[in-house]
Amino acid sequence: MASKRKYRGIDQLSTRDKVVVSLMVIVPTLIVLWLVWLPAIGSVLLSFTNWDGIGPLSGIKSVGLQNYRDIATIYPPFWPAIQHNLIWLAVMFLVATPLGMLFAVLVDRGVAGTRFYQTSIYLPVVLSLALIGFIWQLIYSRDQGLINAITGGTTDWYGDPNVNLWAALVAASWRHAGYIMLLYLAGLKGVDPSLREAAKIDGASESQTFFKVVFPVMRPINIIVLVVTFIESLRAFDLVWVINKGRNGLELISTLVTQNVVGEASRIGFGSALATIMLLISSVLVFIYLRIAMKED
Amino acid sequence: MTRPSSEAEYLARMVPPSVRGVDRRTLLRGALGVGTLLGAGGLAACSSGSTGSTGVPTGAVTGTVTVGSNQSDAVPKAAVQSYMDAFAKANPGTTVKINTVDHNSFQENINNYLQGSPDDVFTWFAGYRMQFFAEKGLVGDVSDVWKNITGMSDALKKASTAADGKQYFVPITNYPWAVFYRKSVFQEKGYEVPKTLDDLNALGAQMKKDGLSPIAFGDKDGWPAMGTFDQINLRVNGYDFHVSLMAGKEAWTDPKVKKVFDTWAGILPLHQADSLGRTWQEAAQSLQQKKSGMYVLGSFLAQQFTKGAEQDDLDFFTFPEIDSTIGTDAIEAPIDGYMMSAKPKNEGGAKKLLQYISQPEAQLLALKADPSVIATNQTADTSGYTALQKKSLEYVKSAKSIAQFMDRDTRPDFASTVMIPAIQSFIKNPKDIDGLLTSIEAQKKSIFGS
Repeated sequence: MASKRKYRGIDQLSTRDKVVVSLMVIVPTLIVLWLVWLPAIGSVLLSFTNWDGIGPLSGIKSVGLQNYRDIATIYPPFWPAIQHNLIWLAVMFLVATPLGMLFAVLVDRGVAGTRFYQTSIYLPVVLSLALIGFIWQLIYSRDQGLINAITGGTTDWYGDPNVNLWAALVAASWRHAGYIMLLYLAGLKGVDPSLREAAKIDGASESQTFFKVVFPVMRPINIIVLVVTFIESLRAFDLVWVINKGRNGLELISTLVTQNVVGEASRIGFGSALATIMLLISSVLVFIYLRIAMKED
Repeated sequence: MTRPSSEAEYLARMVPPSVRGVDRRTLLRGALGVGTLLGAGGLAACSSGSTGSTGVPTGAVTGTVTVGSNQSDAVPKAAVQSYMDAFAKANPGTTVKINTVDHNSFQENINNYLQGSPDDVFTWFAGYRMQFFAEKGLVGDVSDVWKNITGMSDALKKASTAADGKQYFVPITNYPWAVFYRKSVFQEKGYEVPKTLDDLNALGAQMKKDGLSPIAFGDKDGWPAMGTFDQINLRVNGYDFHVSLMAGKEAWTDPKVKKVFDTWAGILPLHQADSLGRTWQEAAQSLQQKKSGMYVLGSFLAQQFTKGAEQDDLDFFTFPEIDSTIGTDAIEAPIDGYMMSAKPKNEGGAKKLLQYISQPEAQLLALKADPSVIATNQTADTSGYTALQKKSLEYVKSAKSIAQFMDRDTRPDFASTVMIPAIQSFIKNPKDIDGLLTSIEAQKKSIFGS
C-alpha cells in the first residue's frame, strides 16, 4: 500500500501498543491526581471547616473563613512564623548557598587535601536529621554544651528566642552548604577547560574568569541551585522540629501545620488553613521560577 | 485479620481500611487531605455501634487478646510482658499478643489508631483525654468490669468515669507531682520544708545566698511548666475552679487566673534561668548534682537518679500553701491504665484481662520496672516499696482531690497549641499577663466553641 508511510494517528498502533500508551498516560495522571491534587484540594476545602479528624464526612461543619480570621488575629505564633520563614529563606539564599558555591570553587581548584574537605563538607548531608539535631544539642546545650563549656558563657542557644533561630540557621546552613557544594562541584567539573585557558590567555584574572566566563556558562546549574535553595527553605521543618518542635522563637509555618494536624490535637480544619497559606506562598515562588524558566526558552 | 508481627506492620494497621490499599505514605502525605477524608467515610462504620454487655466471664477465657502498648522503653516493656504472661498462665488457652509502639508515636496516632482496627485493650490515661474518646464512641464501656473491681478508691473510679456515668478506663499505676529535693542538701544547709509561700520565698532567698538555683526548671519541651501552673492554680483557686477552668467553663481573663500568673511571676526569679532551652532531664540533673535546691515535677524525676542510695536521698513535699482558706489538700497525680476498644475481637478475654490489671498482682509486676510509680490498688502489698514509693502512696491517699495534669485535664488541642506557647511566652515575659490572658481566652473560645 502506498499510504504505508502516511501517519494515520493512533490507528497505526497495534492494540497492544495502544494499551501500553494509554496505561502510560493514565497511571501517572491518576497517581498525580491522587497524591498531589486531591490532597491539595482536600486541604483547601477542609480549611473552611472545623473537623477534628473523628467521625464521618457528613459530620463536618463549615465555618467559613473563621480559621483564617483566627490565624491572622488571635493565633500568636502565626506572624512570627511568617517572619521566620522569610529570614530562613534570606539566610539560605544570601549566606548558605554562596558559601556552598565558594566551597565548590575552592575544592574544584584543587586545594591541598581536596578529598578530605570535600568529604567533610558533604558529611552533614549524609547524616540523618535526628542525628544532626543531637549533634548540635551537644554543642548548644546551655548547661552541658560545648560552646558554653569552652567560652564559659551562659548563652541559652536553643532557649533564648532572640538567639535560637540563628543557632538553628547555623546548623541548617552547615548542612545546606554541603549539599550546594556537591551540586555546584558537579557543574564546575563539566565546564569545558578550554574556556578557562582562553580566558587566561586573554589575561583575565582568576575572579574575572569565574564571574565573566564560568558563572554564565553554568546557568542551568545556577537555576537548579536556586530552586533547591527555595525548596529547602520553604520546607524547612525537620531540624527545627528536632530542636523544640517549632516553638518559642523557632516557629515556622510547616511546624505550625504539624502541631495542629498531626498528633492528638487534631485541629484538622485549622491546620489545613495554615497549610493552604503555605501553599499560596509556595505558589508565588513557583510562579516566579516558572516565569524565569519560560523566559529562558 | 492476621496479627501484625512488626511495629511497621502495626503502624500500617492504623490506616483506615478504605485507604489501606494504597501505600501508607499516601495517608501521611494526604494527612490534611483527601486521604483522611475518604478514610473517615469508611471508618464511620467501624466506630459506631455499642459494645454488647456480655459481662466479665467468671471462668477461664480462651483465644487471643491483643494489647496495644505505648511502653516502648526496654524496662517497662519487659514489665508489661511479665504481667501479660502471668495473665496468660492463669488462663490456659489464652494468648496475649502485645503490640508495642514508640510512646510518642502511639500518642500522636491515637485518633487514627482508634478509628482503624485497634487492639482489644490498649494503654491510655485517665482524665479528659479518656472522656473525649468515650464521648466519641471510640472506646468500650467497661462498667461491668468495675462491678468486680475491689481495692480501688472512689477517686480512682471517678477518674475512670466519663460524662455518661459509665466507666471506660482501668487504672494500673499513678505517680504524684510535688516539690522534690535532696534530703542531704536540706540537712547539710539546715533548710526546713516550706509550709507557705512566704516560707518558700525565704528559703529561696537563702538558697540563692548559698549559691544554689532554688527551683530547677526546664521547659524546652513545653509541657513541664504546665505542672507548675497546675500546682499554683490548685493552691490559689482550689480543685473545683481548676477543673472547671480546664474544662473551658471559666474565663481565662478572670482575676482568679490572673492571680495565678501574678503569684508565679513572684516566684519566677527563684526558678533556674533560661528554662526554655533546658529539658526536664537536664533540670533534674541539676538537682541531682546539688546545683539546684528543689524541683516541681512528677516522681518520674527519680529516673535521673541512680538506684539505691541516691534515690533514697530524694524526698518531696507538697507545694506550699498560698491561701489558707484553700489549703493544700488538692494534689496532682496522673493515672496510667488501660482502655478497651469499642469493638474488641475478644471481648470476654479483654474484660478478663482488664480485671486482672486492676488487681495487685499485675500492678506489682508493673512496679518492678518503674519504681517511681505506685500501684493504684490499695490492697497491693507495699512491703517491697522504696521509701519514695511509700511516701508517694501516703501522699496520694491523704489528698482530698486529685487532678491529672493540664494536658490530661483539658482538650489536647487546647493544651498543645494554645497553652504550651502561652506559658512559654509568660516565662519569657512575665510582665504582660493581661495581654497573654486575653489571647488565651480568645483562642479558648474559638477551640471550645467549635
